[in-house]
Amino acid sequence: MYVAVKGGERAIDNAHAWLAEERRGDTSVPELSVPQIREQMKLAVNRVMAEGSLYDPDLAALAIKQARGDLIEAVFLIRAYRTTLPRLASSHPVDTGTMEVDRRISATFKDLPGGQVLGPTFDYTHRLLDFKLAAEGAMPRAGTGAATPGTMPHVMDILNRDGLIEDAMPDNAPPPDLTREPMELPASRPLRLQAITRGDEGFILSLAYSTQRGYGRTHAFVGELRIGRVAVEVDIPELGFAVEIGEVEVTECETVNQFVGSKTKPAQFTRGYGLVFGQSERKAIAMSLVDRALRWKELGEDFTAAPAQDEEFVLMHADNVQATGFLEHIKLPHYVDFQAELELLRKLRAKAHALKEGAE
Amino acid sequence: MKDDSTAEAYNFAYLDEQTKRMIRRAILKGLAVPGYQVPFASREMPMPYGWGTGGVQVTAACLVPEDRLKVIDQGADDTTNAVSIRKFFSRTAGVATTERTQDATLIQTRHRIPETPLHVGQILVYQVPIPEPLRFLEPRETETRKMHELEEYGLMHVKLYEDIARHGQIATSYDYPVMVEGRYVMDPSPIPKFDNPKLSGSPAIQLFGAGREQRIYALPPFTKVVSLDFDDHPFQPSKAAHDCDLCGAARSYLDEVITDDQGGRMFVCSDTDFCAGRREMGHKGRLWAPETEGAA
Repeated sequence: MYVAVKGGERAIDNAHAWLAEERRGDTSVPELSVPQIREQMKLAVNRVMAEGSLYDPDLAALAIKQARGDLIEAVFLIRAYRTTLPRLASSHPVDTGTMEVDRRISATFKDLPGGQVLGPTFDYTHRLLDFKLAAEGAMPRAGTGAATPGTMPHVMDILNRDGLIEDAMPDNAPPPDLTREPMELPASRPLRLQAITRGDEGFILSLAYSTQRGYGRTHAFVGELRIGRVAVEVDIPELGFAVEIGEVEVTECETVNQFVGSKTKPAQFTRGYGLVFGQSERKAIAMSLVDRALRWKELGEDFTAAPAQDEEFVLMHADNVQATGFLEHIKLPHYVDFQAELELLRKLRAKAHALKEGAE
Repeated sequence: MKDDSTAEAYNFAYLDEQTKRMIRRAILKGLAVPGYQVPFASREMPMPYGWGTGGVQVTAACLVPEDRLKVIDQGADDTTNAVSIRKFFSRTAGVATTERTQDATLIQTRHRIPETPLHVGQILVYQVPIPEPLRFLEPRETETRKMHELEEYGLMHVKLYEDIARHGQIATSYDYPVMVEGRYVMDPSPIPKFDNPKLSGSPAIQLFGAGREQRIYALPPFTKVVSLDFDDHPFQPSKAAHDCDLCGAARSYLDEVITDDQGGRMFVCSDTDFCAGRREMGHKGRLWAPETEGAA
């Protein structure tokens, strides 16, 4: 005898209880604290802040803990939280020229004002599993030196002094806000950059990689990559001037790309730009390549049907919270639609059988 | 309000008033231009995209404390996602809930229109995955918006015609496109085409929310909605050729349930409230045995 499928509510409660238990894992192993995640899983925290579009290392660490290390799930938690927050003010644009730099490298000049600063990078580590870490011994401390004083000029500005690279015209129009207005296409460059900086790192990486392999090639050099902290300033109406309300760590990447120009207009390099919360250099580099590839129209290049050149394709599929939701929703019940398809298929088959029998 | 502390931290029905206002504007515009897809600044909700975030936002914008909410998924009140969404609103809005179609003031649905006819004053909110009926014929939003502007729907008719040429009939069984008031081709959301006739001339307000795709559209009461077809291949709503095995209903949409691995199956109403109501009135289906109720 058929017993109707009931008890959805109890099933959900039980699933949640089991999930909580699984999240904690073996209770004989000490529990991870949020500060531990914040300090020791910092690159994961950075990614969650970047794709969650919310700069708060503690909340990002909490989200990672709650999501059992599933970073897209953690991004989702942060987004769902952020959407409930009031918008109190808009900051001034951050000035990356005055960044307190931890890392600053240029691939285009051997040396330059401010120097090359390697900073905390995996770049030249040998990828050998370090079993000392498994033993959890105390680590040696890095040496310290004097902080780099003052501003560090952008490589792009140095190139621009001779007109070798296109001008980046300042635009003081208030930028569109992807989180407050529906995406409208064609999108302006600020809107595209917003979408890419919160887009999925894997997706942006693959798109950038595809341009390097010939799908919309832009011949990028990393003019400069810098990571550090910048001040965030906000106008306080009561005071009538801007006040620094805090600082955020960002990664900025500026690429120098193949030129535009004509017989009458001297050839110039072109720019690609990436700016991402935290130390997220893979993302920042990838972002600058995708930004550059999307600029084909404005620079008078051909559309070669490369995915990275296709604004609608890139912008509509970059968001991993949207993508994972829609992808995973196909596991929800679809009995009704499936039943409709079943009936249709049975009808089509019956018709074909009847025709076949009639012919025989 | 519930004794749940998380409920206190959020506004009535979760969204802040500014956001609700923005959504209400989109709804009003949608009602003014039936079938037209209004872009709106969809918010991230605490459930994933694809779980009904569009419907949830429309419901949140429409709810008032006096409302009585019903939530169904696949026609049923007790499917897990329906339970989850109903719980969300009873927690964040503290509104009364019901499973009875005629008692509800607002019904949020996924994939079905209730069998019981709706009445004046009710709002039916649909969850919509892909609001664009032309999407699978033309993937670009920039193109499809133009096609709607110019009423360029030839592509859709070609698709339906190709179905007939290939299969002898239109091979779309759900998500079946409709024409609204002779102007906009509209996606009715993935309801079975069996439900399409209920879209037309309904006394209730019908609202469609697509969260991920950031679109809202609407049918005001008594809007004329016509399922696309050809004179020589008229539209046919269809369902399994059986009666409900629990309540005996002959004209309700049925789910097929596999009962063993020997080919045994039964057919039951997908609309659980409709089915239970009929059984209460004494209707019996082929396999109904009331004594098993306790075991359920």
